[in-house]
Amino acid sequence: MNFAVLQFPASNCDQDAIHAIRLLGHAARYVWHKETSLGDADVVIVPGGFSYGDYLRCGAIARFSPVMQAVKQFADNGGLVLGICNGFQVLTEAGLLPGALIRNRDLQFHCEHIFLKTATPDSPFTHKIPPGKLLKIPIAHGEGCYYADEETLARLKAGNQILWHYCDANGNPTDAANPNGSLLNIAGICNARRNVAGLMPHPERASEPMLGSDDGKWIFESIFAALKNKTVAVAA
Amino acid sequence: MKAKIIITPKKAVLDPQGKTVQSALAHMGYTGVTGVHIGKYIEIDLAPGTDKAAARQALNGAAHKFLSNPIIEDYKLEIE
Repeated sequence: MNFAVLQFPASNCDQDAIHAIRLLGHAARYVWHKETSLGDADVVIVPGGFSYGDYLRCGAIARFSPVMQAVKQFADNGGLVLGICNGFQVLTEAGLLPGALIRNRDLQFHCEHIFLKTATPDSPFTHKIPPGKLLKIPIAHGEGCYYADEETLARLKAGNQILWHYCDANGNPTDAANPNGSLLNIAGICNARRNVAGLMPHPERASEPMLGSDDGKWIFESIFAALKNKTVAVAA
Repeated sequence: MKAKIIITPKKAVLDPQGKTVQSALAHMGYTGVTGVHIGKYIEIDLAPGTDKAAARQALNGAAHKFLSNPIIEDYKLEIE
């Protein structure tokens, strides 16, 4: 199973993603943003960081990188794409995921562990997460407040596209447990076809016990299993 | 020739910067301020003799596709 991890100027979680995937037993390689092909990739990870210095808006410039055309084609063919933090922002700017990520409501950069409640096992990114398991995963962002208009939110809910909510240690999605003001405590979503997902928290930074939590591995294990079971089409 | 693009957050979108500045203005004693909205101002230099109508059309496209994000922002374009 081959993971392609994109690299934009000022991506900085690309190495963490490669490390986590290899640690979990799969092949991963970097794909520079000027590449026009993803090669033999089975999965694309759009990693965290500050692509293009977050100039203009987070992800606004990265989405026009040549590699994003290949990612769009890959997603259109049913390939799995996961955007983490800045990668989530890039995917919303690219129109591959609905909504937008704006400044945290308290204007602070938040760097801390939070808890995630998985809203549905019905996706290639969540189906192996043990039922009821809360994921303790770090966030590190200043612009992670998920916003979408009411019509889009209604569509996300109706389509079961919200994958993770911020919650407290008991699994309650309270306002106090919402680190950035995201509507409905949304931490991550997927597209209607369920092959493209994005989340602000960093599963790659919580995939081995020495990092304080290995809960993030469940998201990667879900992806591994989805591909192994061939429950998703893999793009040529 | 210059194009000026003013980008503001949509009314429905949370604008924590605007709220914080509004509250600071109130603390400083500036009364009667009922709202502050913080956006961006982009100035674009255009070659002399550029066709105004064509520039307007092209920049509207750029503003919609790239310079602003229509999900969260509105923009105004002026060419002078």
